[in-house]
Amino acid sequence: MKLDLDRCTGCKLCQLVCSVVSFGENNPKKAGIRVVSRLFTDARYDVVVCDQCGLCIESCPVGAISMEDGVVRIDADTCTNCGICVETCPNGAMFVHPDVDHPIKCIACGECARLCPRGVLDALAGVGKVAS
Amino acid sequence: MHGYAGAILRVNLSTGAVSREPLTEDLASNYIGGRGFGAHFVYREVPAGTDPLGPGNKLVVAAGPFSGVFLPSGAKTSLSAKSPATGLYGDSNIGGHLAAELKYAGYDALVIEGKAGEPSYLFIEDDRVEVRPCAKLWGMGSIKTEKALKDELGDEFQIAAIGPAGENMVVFASVNHDIGRQAGRCGMGAVMGSKNLKAIAVRGTRTVHVADMAGLRKVANEMFAVLAANPALKVWQDQGLAQVTTWSNSIGALPTRNFRQNFYENAEALSGERMRSDIHVRDKACFACPMATGKYCRARHRGETVYVEGPEYETTALIGSNCALGSIEEVAYANYMCDELGLDTISGGSAVAFTMECFERGIITKEDTGGIEARFGSLDAFVEIVKLIAARQGIGEPLSRGVRAAAEAWGGGSEDFAIQVKGLEWSGYESRGAPSMMLAYMTCDIGAHHNRAWAITHDIAVGRNIIKGKAAKVIELQHTRPLFDCLGVCRLQWVELGLPLEYYARLYPAVTGRQDSWDDLLDKSERIWNLVRAFGVRERADFGRADDQPPRRFYTEPVPDGPLAGSRITREDLDRLLDEYYDLRGWDRNGRPTAKTLERLGLRDVAAELQALGRIS
Repeated sequence: MKLDLDRCTGCKLCQLVCSVVSFGENNPKKAGIRVVSRLFTDARYDVVVCDQCGLCIESCPVGAISMEDGVVRIDADTCTNCGICVETCPNGAMFVHPDVDHPIKCIACGECARLCPRGVLDALAGVGKVAS
Repeated sequence: MHGYAGAILRVNLSTGAVSREPLTEDLASNYIGGRGFGAHFVYREVPAGTDPLGPGNKLVVAAGPFSGVFLPSGAKTSLSAKSPATGLYGDSNIGGHLAAELKYAGYDALVIEGKAGEPSYLFIEDDRVEVRPCAKLWGMGSIKTEKALKDELGDEFQIAAIGPAGENMVVFASVNHDIGRQAGRCGMGAVMGSKNLKAIAVRGTRTVHVADMAGLRKVANEMFAVLAANPALKVWQDQGLAQVTTWSNSIGALPTRNFRQNFYENAEALSGERMRSDIHVRDKACFACPMATGKYCRARHRGETVYVEGPEYETTALIGSNCALGSIEEVAYANYMCDELGLDTISGGSAVAFTMECFERGIITKEDTGGIEARFGSLDAFVEIVKLIAARQGIGEPLSRGVRAAAEAWGGGSEDFAIQVKGLEWSGYESRGAPSMMLAYMTCDIGAHHNRAWAITHDIAVGRNIIKGKAAKVIELQHTRPLFDCLGVCRLQWVELGLPLEYYARLYPAVTGRQDSWDDLLDKSERIWNLVRAFGVRERADFGRADDQPPRRFYTEPVPDGPLAGSRITREDLDRLLDEYYDLRGWDRNGRPTAKTLERLGLRDVAAELQALGRIS
């Protein structure tokens, strides 16, 4: 999965819409995606988001994580919020929030890709299409 | 309270006391947010005669109900205080990510009082609020300060910081945020410096609750779709506000050589195209904004390579053409110097241009400048002068108090071309050929700034020589545009991409649950406008019509060259504009709101206060 990071402007609309779609809330910290500024060091932005590699599935001690149609999902009812998957994720793409009792990750719904003004996230929408 | 975090954070830097006050229904309903909150707190809590650079002044940092909410560019923070530049109410706003973060931390506004005993910064992470000593940051440039704090606290912290100019209380010191965004106007950076407050750092994890999420999503998705489909969006994404330079030059509005001219023969070298082709590195957006007008650029000068966001139009106009610099890269380097020192590029550019004109006319000499050849076109002179201003040394001392004060110090008739109103330097539209824009600058409530009523397109649309009827348009804009600063949302999507106001009217009830129509909100904006005017009336017995005058240059010197060569505006025209404006506002001919007008706007207590002082009838 290749994001077009050269086009990212750091607006964080992806984070905002993710929280709207996932939780019905305006809260970019409750999102399965992060925009990180690298302006001071590399004059660019990074986007951190799950590439659905699935390494977290085996790491989960209670079997709460599974792959469905190419998308890795967490079953919130089973999850104990132990944090092992967060540590395991090679991309740092499992996010924790103090008010949410499970890690938050991208489920490839494609909403952020649809709204991204620069097409940075088109590859994510592709994952979503595979999933559906 | 829907659309709001629901709390005001009050921090007294003298005592270290921190308190959370619930956002009141009166404040939310009548003052909306942002600049409205600023006007409320500054009017009610900063009494007449308060030293703007003393502990009695208060700095209000306020988001609005749209800030941080799912809609295009709910990104605006207003900073308000009594201005050290004007001695009147002042405010300035910043885009970037500060407003949203403040809301997520649980605050609609910060009210900062007193003065810290040592250099400090304000740390806010949700409920955790601390005034932290930061001696090691004092003296550091504002961009370096932001980097130092982000390195220490993490990238998710949003930083607003001042540079040496703010520490030294230069009256046009800026507050910098997100590397290259500034609350530049009215000296908010000096107010921070006077309080020993180097920076504010904020991070929040909370939710901003809205009244009708489904309704909000519907309207916001329509707005994002309409913006995405607009063919003009691409130019904004590529050039941002830098594209305005060529247009402004073509219509005879580009400030050139301290506003002697409004046409710059070398404007092509400063164009948005040249910015894009010669120095552009990265597009950079404010929160949730598809336009991304921020242009991260690289500039090299005398072996040094620097990065800076900009230059956008105002900076290009005031530093570029107004100081007659030769290339967009030179402008970018000068822009970087101002940002790092923490100087407003508008007032800073104007101060340097004023110095250059005084030097070329022989009003000041190399003896005064300490050897600087302060001639138009010299980037080296620009850099040396702004360093002196930030340090308040030599010619930098009078200049650090603004061009009005420098003209008083240097004499020689220089007040005629000290380009300011109310003590605030004029921003980027020379207006001898644009009466409504001229009136907008004369009557702008914070001094000569374009943001309240960018009326120049109205002049072009209806006829540039027409005087009659222009006041009504200026007033309409003075109520509409500041409403965006109350709501905490950027107005460029409306102004530049034509997104209809109807969308914002639909957003308001979805976000807040309040049933105000757009016209109701405009009435509230008018109330805020009058409250700000009342601040001036209360402040000074002689405040009024004399404060609404442009510099003599604009009504005594015809435009020398360019597309408007020979055009001029007369003293009589200016008086007709003002008379019509005051009459329509319900102010007397001295520019003071009448008691009847204040009462009509629900400001009965203000009317009573000003009447008791004998200031209004």
